[in-house]
Amino acid sequence: MSVPESACEIRAAVATRQISAVDVCRAALARIAGADPALHAFLHVDEKGALARAADLDRTPPSDAPLLGVPIALKDNICTAGVPTTAASRLLEGYIPPYSAAVVERLERAGAVVVGKTNCDEFAMGSSTEHSAFGPTRNPWATDRIPGGSSGGSAVAVAAGMVPLSLGSETGGSIRQPAALCGVLGLKPTYGRVSRYGLIAFGSSLDQIGPFATSARDMAALFGVIAGADPRDATSAADAVPDYTAALTGDVAGLRVGVPRELLKDGVEPGVRAAFDAALEHLRQAGATLTDIALPHAALAIPVYYLVANAEASSNLARFDGVRYGTRADASTVSDLYYKTRARFGAEAKRRIMIGTFVLSSGYYDAYYVKAQKVRALIRKDYDDAFARIDVVALPTTPTTAFKLGERTSDPLQMYLADVFTAAANLAGLPAISIPCGLTSEKLPVGLQLTARPFDEATLLRAADVFERRAPMPRCSA
Amino acid sequence: MAETLTPADVERIATLARLELTRDEVALFADQLTAILAYADQVQQVDTSAIPVPPAVAAAGNNMRDDEPGPSLDRDVVLSQAPAADRAAGLFKVPRVIGS
Repeated sequence: MSVPESACEIRAAVATRQISAVDVCRAALARIAGADPALHAFLHVDEKGALARAADLDRTPPSDAPLLGVPIALKDNICTAGVPTTAASRLLEGYIPPYSAAVVERLERAGAVVVGKTNCDEFAMGSSTEHSAFGPTRNPWATDRIPGGSSGGSAVAVAAGMVPLSLGSETGGSIRQPAALCGVLGLKPTYGRVSRYGLIAFGSSLDQIGPFATSARDMAALFGVIAGADPRDATSAADAVPDYTAALTGDVAGLRVGVPRELLKDGVEPGVRAAFDAALEHLRQAGATLTDIALPHAALAIPVYYLVANAEASSNLARFDGVRYGTRADASTVSDLYYKTRARFGAEAKRRIMIGTFVLSSGYYDAYYVKAQKVRALIRKDYDDAFARIDVVALPTTPTTAFKLGERTSDPLQMYLADVFTAAANLAGLPAISIPCGLTSEKLPVGLQLTARPFDEATLLRAADVFERRAPMPRCSA
Repeated sequence: MAETLTPADVERIATLARLELTRDEVALFADQLTAILAYADQVQQVDTSAIPVPPAVAAAGNNMRDDEPGPSLDRDVVLSQAPAADRAAGLFKVPRVIGS
């Protein structure tokens, strides 16, 4: 039989021996070989390792393996034992982790086959994947445009049909934003839902790992595998993991959708606005109710985010000093070693380290960092207040469709505004999903973002499932 | 009131962060960091008197665990990823520290 497109169908076919895991893996590798030269979604394709792993699964298939034989791609800031992991940085060029991230262990237990590592902005800092030290990734819908970022490679690998599933990471929108711009589903889980053990840290109070997929059913299968407590991540939550596939009831009757209309007044492209309004109408026709709500502090999400995230980034990136791992510059003293090795950070990472170091420095800490944390608490309170009356908050995932390569690289503030609707969920620790909701007249994808209460990813997946049945997303032909 | 960062400020911050910057980067960052801090200035205008201390954001709060030793990574495996190491001594190697 030919290899099915969806992860759930692949799993069923491999489990019933209608197709071998090796054949599934070969097909994915062939699609990568065909499509990736034009897109550059991958930094490393582990052909040998993936085929060996698939052969193992064919020989001795594990029982209870919800992703048996399913190929998956991982963002290159997720550590994979024995497989290069660079976070798209010169500082980690050639680095081979001695251990795997918790999510990788869970994927392996579930029978998934990791086929490679995907491109991203360096240390996940960016909104376009142009800040990769190894060259940008291109959007399969229009190759002169960016795929979004920072998890651009993971979004493209799924959007272009190279793999049915991938993982990315988020600090301020790095899964949802590229998902929206590439026309796939992307989920940012509740802070604490997925272990970050083995994720190269950027903003520790914000970072989460999350899935990309082309259907809610596939995403539910993957998310059920990666979610759950882990003693090696002290911020991971002990809350029980529900059956996300069982949550796909096909019914959103009575779902209360809140729309913060004042946030839509400025800067939203007409094509995005039209797709968003049509998406709300789909939800209404499916039985959801629409209510106007106010999130008075949400407009401050970007400035708060860039103070908090960069403060944490400057601290986390201090570990890259050329001593214990990664690359090292030639130097005659240890002080020189630090300066010259760290000169290898790209421009965006340097800029963020600089902002973060400044806002944490003596005399500025209270005015910037502490103040930002307090406003962050107000942003969260707005959501808590809204969730007394509604179940999910709806916004466009991004104010614009994918922009052209090079268009915003010289203006960091313009680049940061790509995350204007996504950063609040990270600051508030809430789960949020981007659902493909159509194309503009330029044939560029638009995303509908839904944000839910903590640990209510099931509602997001249920809504995504209903949405895709009513408004199937056109597939990219790349 | 937003901060205006001079090239000297940028050099001072770069020293704190142990970042070597080129002359061009210093000039560029002085402009860009000033613009970013001016944008962030809107945060200063918000009344946060009702928020006494920054609250914890983790939904789970702090998860404490027992302080019990467990297996860790093999030393040789860890040292194999270092740019320079003395495996026999079990040490990372760096250039001269004293007098540097």
